[in-house]
Amino acid sequence: MDWQALRLSLLLASLTVVILVPIAIFSGRRLALSKRKSLPIIEAMIALPLVLPPTVLGFYLLSAFGRSSPLGQIWQSVFGHTLAFSFEGLLLASIIVNIPFAVQPIQRGFEAVPQELREAAACSGMSPLMSLWKIELPLAWPAVLTGAVLTFAHTLGEFGVVLMVGGAIPGETKTIAISIYDKVQSFNSSSAAQMSAVLLAVSITTITLTFLMSRKIGRRLS
Amino acid sequence: MTLSVRLKADLPIALDLSFEVKAGEMLALVGPSGSGKSTVLRSIAGLFHPAQSEVTANGASWSGLPTHQRRVGMVFQSYALFPHLTTLGNISIALKETGEARTIEARRLLKLVGLSDVANRLPAELSGGQQQRVAIARALARKPDVLLLDEPFSAVDRPTREILYKEIEALRSELSMPVILVTHDMDEAQRLADRMAVIDKGRLVCQGSLAEVALDPRAMRVLGLRETGAVLTARVKAQETDGLTRLEHPAGVLFVPQIREEIGTEVKLRLLAHDVMLASQRPSEISALNVIEGTVLSITPGDGPGAMVRLDAGGEILLARITRRSVAALGLNEGSKCFAVLKSLAIARDRVHR
Repeated sequence: MDWQALRLSLLLASLTVVILVPIAIFSGRRLALSKRKSLPIIEAMIALPLVLPPTVLGFYLLSAFGRSSPLGQIWQSVFGHTLAFSFEGLLLASIIVNIPFAVQPIQRGFEAVPQELREAAACSGMSPLMSLWKIELPLAWPAVLTGAVLTFAHTLGEFGVVLMVGGAIPGETKTIAISIYDKVQSFNSSSAAQMSAVLLAVSITTITLTFLMSRKIGRRLS
Repeated sequence: MTLSVRLKADLPIALDLSFEVKAGEMLALVGPSGSGKSTVLRSIAGLFHPAQSEVTANGASWSGLPTHQRRVGMVFQSYALFPHLTTLGNISIALKETGEARTIEARRLLKLVGLSDVANRLPAELSGGQQQRVAIARALARKPDVLLLDEPFSAVDRPTREILYKEIEALRSELSMPVILVTHDMDEAQRLADRMAVIDKGRLVCQGSLAEVALDPRAMRVLGLRETGAVLTARVKAQETDGLTRLEHPAGVLFVPQIREEIGTEVKLRLLAHDVMLASQRPSEISALNVIEGTVLSITPGDGPGAMVRLDAGGEILLARITRRSVAALGLNEGSKCFAVLKSLAIARDRVHR
């Protein structure tokens, strides 16, 4: 059992959720309210990580993070190490890969809040930020939760992008999914089975909790 | 605390109108669906932005202000209550007060609309009438400079509407601000409003007292002939034992289904033009109880078989819509004497108001 890899995966997944969900709330709400003609194009760009093979996505991220890219150079000069093959690089890649998993459910959640309620909030003297905090978020909460859980679960299981961008440096970029692969490669199937079982248990627990909570909230509001 | 409104737009709906509402006055904005009456309310609230808009409330210009900076109280057609907040929560969220003052004010408003016993219920657990009262209390919570009511009675059944009308009437002393009621129901407008403005295709067709608007041919064209009717002023004379109330009018005695008003009270009756029959002789042995004498002022033939006859009945104008065939058969002309016949039961209770 590779506890280090599990710890790393949980840390990566938690940080991805903490950073991505607030971004997804603001962008998801904007998209839900947007009437621009270019909306389908923006939505397509957001959905892109869903359809792109992880290796292709990983390849482009690796190029963007590498020493020859502007981003990679700035990172190198500020922090003294490369962005690629580091935990920070892995986190950034994880955030980008998970954009559709967080944004799409949250956008749907805000779309489901009747426009009239936003108008009533404004007529009651609430600024757009207050309306978001007091009215829209409490109503779109199950969707936000879904976005967070999907992001978390997906980060735990991401393999291709992690391998491309992070390599498999123990304690730095070697996540549990990669560790399982390594163990199978080295014929340590009992360890692989153990870790798979832990991942399965974590996944079942989070997804069940989500459904229970959104059901409860949904019943309260209907 | 007057509200003055001037709006102009071409898209997506044509608007070109201006009007004023005085403090404490209720203006009914009446018009067919799609006439732009809701858009006018939304423009005042800042939820819709016409190309040109000048809204001045309580001496301050609202032009360019976002909705939440306009002190406006709005009751939406479907109430738009916040589903995750209790009755009390829906009201206190719109209050400016903080701490204990907030709770006290919220409770006062709850009591005002008679909902103290359902303070902790969610909107989904309230009846339609209760939801509407929450919406009104929430709109008043902001101490608005303008109160806007967007067809607030359309989502409740008739008996509930009757109760809510009475409550709005009772609340009027609390409503010191200009109030605009959007409705397509003439009876509702007559009952609640002080003044009426008829809107069609984004323009004001006419405005004035209900009696004035009721007789305005331009309003008739917009509101339809079936809604056309004149308003007579009569005085309660006696309560009969058979469930009728006797009214006195300069042109004659009128019997209507019992109305609960003191003897001597002045009431207004809206008599729909198609409920009025005309006769050249005073009819006798007829079931209709009300026969009043009048003089023909004008006869306006319609496009179809009908004609609108305006009568002078004891100094007030009465409208009768009869066929052109009957006009010819009775030999009616301007200045002719004739008798208007009204079935008592055609004068529904909701068309008689103080």
